[in-house]
Amino acid sequence: MAAEVMLMNEIEATAAQMGIDMNIDFSSIQLPPGENCGIISDDDDVYHDDQLEFDSGFGNVIVVDNLPVVPREKFEKLEGVIRKIYSQIGVIKEDGLWMPVDPETKKTLGYCFIEYNTPQEAELAKEKTHGYKLDRAHIFAVNMFDDFDKYMKVLDEWAPPEIKPYTPGENLQKWLADEKARDQFVIRAGTDTEVLWNDARQSKTEPVYKRTYWTESFVQWSPMGTYLATVHRQGAAVWGGANTFNRLMRYAHPQVKLIDFSPGEKFLVTYSSHEPSNPRDANRVVINIFDVRTGKMMRDFKGSADEFAVGGAGGVAGNSWPVFRWGGGKEDKYFAKLGKNMISVYETETFSLIDKKSLKVENVVDFSWSPTDPIIALFVPELGGGNQPARVSLVQMPGKEELRQKNLFSISDCKMYWQSNGDYLAVKADRYTKTKKSTYTGFELFRIKERDIPIEVLELDNKNDKIIAFAWEPKGHRFAVIHGDNPRPDVSFYSMRSTHNLGRVAKLTTLKGKQANALFWSPGGRFIVLAGLKGFNGQLEFFNVDELETMATAEHFMATDVEWDPTGRYVATSVTSVHEMENGFNIWSFNGKLLYRILKDHFFQFLWRPRPPSFLTPEKEEEIARNLKKYSKKYEAEDQDVSMLLSEQDREKRRMLKEEWEKWGSEWRRAQEEEKLERQKLRDGEASDEEEEYEAKEVEVEEVLDVSEEVLSFEE
Amino acid sequence: MRPILMKGHERPLTFLKYNRDGDLLFSCAKDHTPTVWFADNGERLGTYRGHNGAVWTCDVSRDSMRLITGSADQTVKLWNVQKGTQLYTFNFGSPARSVEFAIGDKLAVITTDPFMELTSAIHVKRIAGDSTEQTEESVLVIKGPQGRINRAVWGPLNRTIISAGEDAVIRIWDFETGKLLKESDKESGHKKTITSLTKAADGSHFLSGSLDKSAKLWDTRTLTLIKTYSTERPVNAVAMSPLLDHVVLGGGQDASAVTTTDHRAGKFEAKFYDKILQEEIGGVKGHFGPINALAFNPDGKSCSSGGEDGYVRLHHFDPDYFNIKI
Repeated sequence: MAAEVMLMNEIEATAAQMGIDMNIDFSSIQLPPGENCGIISDDDDVYHDDQLEFDSGFGNVIVVDNLPVVPREKFEKLEGVIRKIYSQIGVIKEDGLWMPVDPETKKTLGYCFIEYNTPQEAELAKEKTHGYKLDRAHIFAVNMFDDFDKYMKVLDEWAPPEIKPYTPGENLQKWLADEKARDQFVIRAGTDTEVLWNDARQSKTEPVYKRTYWTESFVQWSPMGTYLATVHRQGAAVWGGANTFNRLMRYAHPQVKLIDFSPGEKFLVTYSSHEPSNPRDANRVVINIFDVRTGKMMRDFKGSADEFAVGGAGGVAGNSWPVFRWGGGKEDKYFAKLGKNMISVYETETFSLIDKKSLKVENVVDFSWSPTDPIIALFVPELGGGNQPARVSLVQMPGKEELRQKNLFSISDCKMYWQSNGDYLAVKADRYTKTKKSTYTGFELFRIKERDIPIEVLELDNKNDKIIAFAWEPKGHRFAVIHGDNPRPDVSFYSMRSTHNLGRVAKLTTLKGKQANALFWSPGGRFIVLAGLKGFNGQLEFFNVDELETMATAEHFMATDVEWDPTGRYVATSVTSVHEMENGFNIWSFNGKLLYRILKDHFFQFLWRPRPPSFLTPEKEEEIARNLKKYSKKYEAEDQDVSMLLSEQDREKRRMLKEEWEKWGSEWRRAQEEEKLERQKLRDGEASDEEEEYEAKEVEVEEVLDVSEEVLSFEE
Repeated sequence: MRPILMKGHERPLTFLKYNRDGDLLFSCAKDHTPTVWFADNGERLGTYRGHNGAVWTCDVSRDSMRLITGSADQTVKLWNVQKGTQLYTFNFGSPARSVEFAIGDKLAVITTDPFMELTSAIHVKRIAGDSTEQTEESVLVIKGPQGRINRAVWGPLNRTIISAGEDAVIRIWDFETGKLLKESDKESGHKKTITSLTKAADGSHFLSGSLDKSAKLWDTRTLTLIKTYSTERPVNAVAMSPLLDHVVLGGGQDASAVTTTDHRAGKFEAKFYDKILQEEIGGVKGHFGPINALAFNPDGKSCSSGGEDGYVRLHHFDPDYFNIKI
């Protein structure tokens, strides 16, 4: 039963063990569908909201079964052995080990109870020793004492579950049907979290929902925008709804630190890390995977932080989040984790390893999924001082066939960039120069969708240029690179489809000396924001890549973040609380016109609500783009109406303010007049009270600057 | 027009005051010498020597004959404006933060800081027409507000005294009885220290500036909140145009927190707002530190600002300024 919570590196060993030994009923390991049987006893209590405390108070007691049955003489010896095994795991309470004896035969009964100081120790002991082989005939079966109670309650006869009548849920996608086709975003400032409409036509925001202390650390949209996730001490929660934000589901996970949605937002991965009881041990990590809609925990992973800390270049320790990376596009079919010399790929039908085996790759340090297809690109660095070259290979799931492999020589580092449709993969390879003293960079470009996956090598015009940023055009065939040395690097654009030769990469242009260090493509492609964040103090350049021209340059002083709205119509730039001053955000049109700015102290987050992918076929989209004029007419008329209305409202507002002011003014003049005599008295009768009445007089002064006489000749 | 830079102080400016005719500008700074300038061309006319600490504030009589100054040396001094001589010295146990002559110049309201065991206080002194008859005694002493009282001014007909300071509350006191008449609302009022307070030319309304990054316009008689002007930086100084419906807010990041990377980060601009519509209409840049003092010439055609950088900048407005339409 405990196989589900086994430590990662023991899974295989345990599985093998189980395979050999058929004493354990394998089927009992799997969670029966729709019933968790209380296997996850600890967490189960948390599910029943308020029932956090253990009912029986026996949470720290385990029952060890399948012990040898021994006569009286051997009792002490057996007890010694058991004590030795279990005291390694935690502190057994005084008189905490009790092995019952049959009063007639005076023999032991083949089981014992062990009481630990804490439930955590008991849990750990259960995990570690369940399936422990004392000898061939005696394989321990360890259970929490509390679990027995639960199993006892299971009815012997199966009763059909009560079928609840269907109640239609709210339309969680209703925000997409906004009449004005606006987009939403969430901001977090101070203790307030707020969801707002971006009403760009009126250059303002419109509130949707606001809540103080909505989350304890951060908020996050699900990848298709259906849910907003919040993080709390007890676990994570998702919110959504047709008109407002209601809590839709909670996911119990004490002290959750990080969360991650699968791309199709079917599953939610939660992560927490706990201080170990023994300070020499690494932190204990708990990762749970929940079904977003039902809230059911599909699988959990527990282990020491070391096991989940693999990854990054050269296996440098440090947790890289997400630990589990999702593959196979929006269907959420697979997820994978990098391990030592292997990549563990799980599939979501059974939540177990594909073929019950990890993908063995010696020394693998990095991998990434294609955003659309179940293809893994993995990188193995150079070994043996260059005898064994570095390697990038593409592996198809679930078959684990290698589609393509490329050996790379004298590599120091490597990064992989997928194009959003999974059409191309760019591998940025840093190579040592001959002297090994410095490095230069080249790109290996894979055309995934073409036959045999051809690879092209691209080197920059100046090979020694450092690469500062790289970005694919979403859904497109172009990419942009910032290269060169600070303070004014160059920006180059390349296309994978040059006009005369479709199969070749070609440079489109290079922009020299830009104050930029980050690239932000519009989600619709074509437009890009070249941003100079941090050291460049928030320089922004809005560039049209089709026309290769700059549409606007602007500055959002000290900007830390840039984000396009999901439609590619607006850009939000924000200054978050890493700076003390200037906190807030600006909204720009796609072509760099500042629409409005909002200042908020202690500004933490700005996130556009993502939209699900469009249902339109690429052909249809192209047709719309071609006949844009026809479609835009309607909206232009609407825009005009809005601006008319706006100026009308504005005039009205100003008129009101002026009137109101006039009322105050007349009141003051009246009071002033009444007090006039008294004031004069205070000034010893000085009559001039005129300083109160300054009037703006227009005085025209004519000054003769110069007078000159000229003789003009008249021509006949 | 290019502003006139007036360099005469060696330390940050603290206060600026025009006389009634608008031909003289008095400036106070953390150096010990208040200075008087020609308000037209910025020429220095003279200094008033005698204080032994930062000078926080000053006021000038209606006839421009007498100047009163309050200083951190725990004294308030009366001066002969023309000769620069000291006429009288009031001694207090703590620094004087603000002074103002009443209508008729026969009374002056003085605020003192909390110091050692002393709490902050508002004192009213009678100002004798002949300074040889001047006495030390106070007509009225008001105590009560917590923390520093940054400014106290006279209400209409000298009947009330309006005070504001570190506790972010504006209070109106009865001059006859010394009783508290009104207090600004905690909800709608300022949230942080009120740094400055200036009356309209006719005294009917006044403007308060606060570190909560806003300035608020109040009715003097009823203490009704009329307008709020929000800005991006703490407000140290406020001024109201006597001519047009404009208000000016000056301030900037606290000098000790100023970033060293870029002068734009501190926001040391003086910002002009439309008084009625509460919309920003322009700004004047130039100071290298926060703006501590602002004053409008009584004719409304020029204004001056004093900064932490030790400069006074005198701006004569261009003709365009008088035709701003929004």
